[in-house]
Amino acid sequence: MCAGVNGCIPHNPANSINLFRVVEADTHIVEDLAKLIADGKLDAKHMEVESEFSAISAVVGGSAAGVRTFTATSSQGLALMNEVLFAASGMRLPIVMQVVNRALSAPINIWNDWQDAISARDSGWLQLYCETAQEVVDTTIQAYKIAEDKKVLIPVMVCMDGFFITHTLEPVELPDQKKVDRFLPSYKPTHAFLDPKKPMTQGPFAFPKPYMELRKQLSDAIDNSDKVIKKAHDDYAKSFGRKYGNGLIDEYKNKGKKTAIITMGTLAGTVREAVDARDDIGLVRIRSYRPFPKADLRKALKNAETVIILEKNIALGTGAGALYDEVRSALYNECKQKVLGVVCGIGGSEVTVEDVKKIADASKKKKNGNIWWLMK
Amino acid sequence: MSSKIPLGGAIKDVGSTTSNKTGTWRTFRPVVDKEKCIGCGMCERFCPDGSIVVDKKRKKAEVDYDYCKGCMICAEVCPVKCISKEVEEK
Repeated sequence: MCAGVNGCIPHNPANSINLFRVVEADTHIVEDLAKLIADGKLDAKHMEVESEFSAISAVVGGSAAGVRTFTATSSQGLALMNEVLFAASGMRLPIVMQVVNRALSAPINIWNDWQDAISARDSGWLQLYCETAQEVVDTTIQAYKIAEDKKVLIPVMVCMDGFFITHTLEPVELPDQKKVDRFLPSYKPTHAFLDPKKPMTQGPFAFPKPYMELRKQLSDAIDNSDKVIKKAHDDYAKSFGRKYGNGLIDEYKNKGKKTAIITMGTLAGTVREAVDARDDIGLVRIRSYRPFPKADLRKALKNAETVIILEKNIALGTGAGALYDEVRSALYNECKQKVLGVVCGIGGSEVTVEDVKKIADASKKKKNGNIWWLMK
Repeated sequence: MSSKIPLGGAIKDVGSTTSNKTGTWRTFRPVVDKEKCIGCGMCERFCPDGSIVVDKKRKKAEVDYDYCKGCMICAEVCPVKCISKEVEEK
């Protein structure tokens, strides 16, 4: 089968509700799902709402009632959802949302960078970044397994680069529905559901002490979700034969290399080509941005002399991208590496294999802590 | 985990809000003049906290001062103006 990722969103098992907001790069995702529902191939309720704020509010309602939910968004749409993102994670609702990563206004720009999702990094959602359309399919199925795990119960964003994944064609293998159902049985909520015989109040008021306690619960659960992400990834690999590194990070020809390039999403594909073309660089792709895989990164970068972070976002006010500070912080206590940051690909600006090679060359003369922008 | 708070802060013990006596928040105290009260129940229907009810036998409005926050909506909607507003002195 050959399709853009928009044709490849997995059929969720029964017991699901779907809410969509259109007119974005994620339009085809929800259009295709709507068609599946209309054709009677997906047992789900399709709700159309008037804004992203309503879309995420409605999935929160659906998930709180105890059904499996899905929505997709992008860029400004994710920004409009912001307030409710915190409610979804705070209420521990296992929503899965695909986020088509695109730049934020102003100026208005429709192309890819990661500023939308990175700006929602503290909302308490897990964030998994995909490199290919195939990975989006596989990760979306895993995302439900992770989100609905009793040890997790946290919403998950499945992030994909706008245009590079959503508006290009790529051969994709859709997994067999029966196998998916075995891997991912129907959702049976035990903590949040609507049952008049067992009434409950969800998302209530909390005084400072319980509030802080609940925030700690959420923080701990996110920290501990790394094991569940790895397990869901490994189990999926066993059933479907595809894997992406260890589920948290994905290394490519990184062993024994003096220079490691860290990035996420489709940019990793560009780096892979540069890695193939020369023998002094390796790739460490971050797949799980939340939780941030500190221990795995430390291990993967142990023998590197230089670490270059390529990223399509800016943590405004720090002069660098968000990954730069976080990777540096993860390495701090045992840091012997030279850590360099490159802000690139902002608002869809091009990053080529040649650019990656030039960055690798330039890194040799850069001092530890140097950050620069790839201006094109 | 040591916490006893249910996941996501959900309250499964319904009606737990009665333990929180919100009457202490009150600045103004509604006082019903039982002589004038006609027991029509307007105050009961409009009270946002269910803190004023018409006694079935006496047909007179009774304020539950444990929970009444003193918003004075009851006085506002009373057709015979039998509820007066007094400053709460503690």
